[in-house]
Amino acid sequence: MRRAILAITGTIAGLVALLGFKSHVPAIAAATSGTGATSGSSGSGSGGSTTGGSTTGGSSSGGQGFATGKQTGLAADEHTVTGNVADTIYGPVQIQLVVKDSKIVKVSILQQPSNTIHDIQIGQFAFPRLISETLTAQNAKIDSVSGATYTSGGYIQSLQSAVDKGL
Amino acid sequence: MGTVVSFDVPGWAGSPDGALAEAVRWLHWVDATFSPYRDDSDVTRFGNGSLRLPDCAPELAEILAACAGISARSGGYFTTTPGGRFDPSGYVKGWAIERAAAILTAAGSAGHCVNGGGDVQCAGEREPGQPWRIGIAHPLRPDSLALVVTGRDFAVATSGSAERGPHIVNPRTGAPATDLASITVVGATLAETDAYATAAYAMGSAARDWLESLEGYEAFAITPTGSAWQTRGFPAHVAPSPY
Repeated sequence: MRRAILAITGTIAGLVALLGFKSHVPAIAAATSGTGATSGSSGSGSGGSTTGGSTTGGSSSGGQGFATGKQTGLAADEHTVTGNVADTIYGPVQIQLVVKDSKIVKVSILQQPSNTIHDIQIGQFAFPRLISETLTAQNAKIDSVSGATYTSGGYIQSLQSAVDKGL
Repeated sequence: MGTVVSFDVPGWAGSPDGALAEAVRWLHWVDATFSPYRDDSDVTRFGNGSLRLPDCAPELAEILAACAGISARSGGYFTTTPGGRFDPSGYVKGWAIERAAAILTAAGSAGHCVNGGGDVQCAGEREPGQPWRIGIAHPLRPDSLALVVTGRDFAVATSGSAERGPHIVNPRTGAPATDLASITVVGATLAETDAYATAAYAMGSAARDWLESLEGYEAFAITPTGSAWQTRGFPAHVAPSPY
C-alpha cells in the first residue's frame, strides 16, 4: 500500500506517526484565539463554521478545490473514497476523496469539529490549506511541503485511511 | 494537539517497514520524554524542579547545550522559555525529525524525506540524479505555493503565523511577532535550521541581516503585505517554476 501512496504524493506518503508536539506555548493561548477568530472571519467573511467551503474561492472553479458535504454529480470516470472518522481532541474529522485516473481531484470534509473558535479557524483555514497541499503537491511535482506548523492531524489521518482504501 | 510526521522513502530496495517502525518508536520516545505538554516528561519535571538534569535522559543535556548556542547566536531571539516556562520544543521538534531521518540512513536508505508538520529533512536524492523538490506554502494564499526549493541532503523549515494566528512571541518585548507572514530557512540539518527559522520569525525584519551573517543558511521571507525578500544565496536553492 505504501507504494500506491507514494505514487500519489509525497506529502502524505507513508504517514505513520502523530506527535504530541506543538511548536509554541499555550501560555499565550488567549491571544492566539483572539487573533485566530479575526483571521478566520476575514478569510471567509462568515463566522459560521459550516460555511468553511467559502474560504477557498477556488472551489467555485469545480476543477480542484474544497467542498463540504458529500459529492454529487460525479463524472462517469470518477469515484469517491471515504476515509475513516479520525478522532481528534477537537472532535471527529472525516474526509472523502473524489478520484479520477488514480489521482485525487477533490477532497471534501464530511465531518469536522465545530464547537470552538479553534475549530472554526481550523475548519475554515487549516483544512483548506491541507486540502490544497494535497492537490498542489500532485500538480507541482513536489515531494513535500514546508509551511508554518499545522496540527490538523485528524484531516491527514482520515485522508490517509481513504488513500489506503485504494484510489 | 499532534503534529503529523510523514516519511517518503521512494527508492528503498526491499521493505522499509522495520526502519520506519524504529523511526516511529524514536519519535514516540522523544514525545514522551521531551514534550512540555506531558506532566510526567523529563522536560516538564526538569522545568518544575522535580527532576535534576543528571537524572533526565542524557539527550536533554545535549539539547540544552544546543539551545544555549542558538540562543547566543540569535541574540536571545531563540529561547527555551518562550512562554515563561521551560519549553525546548523549538529545537526538539526539528532535532527529532533530523534524527528520524538519520535512523533511515543508518538502516540503508540512500534517499528519503521526513516532514514533521511542515519542517522537512531530506537525505540523499529522490532518485539518483534527481534532487528533492520541496514546495513552500504561501502564507497569504492558502491554495498556492510561494515557490519550490530543491536540493540534496538538506533541511527546510518555515515559521509563520499562517495557521493559528500570531503565536511566536518576540522574547525581547513579549509581543507577538508580526513583521513577517512567514520565513523559510534552508540549511543542512533540521534541528538548527528550524530553530533559526523560529528565531528569525521572532526577529522580524532584522532577521535579514542576521541570516546573511550565518554561514550555511539561506532564507526567504514573505511579509504580511505580500512582499518578499531573500538572502543573497537563496536563489541557488530555488527550482525553476514547475507551472
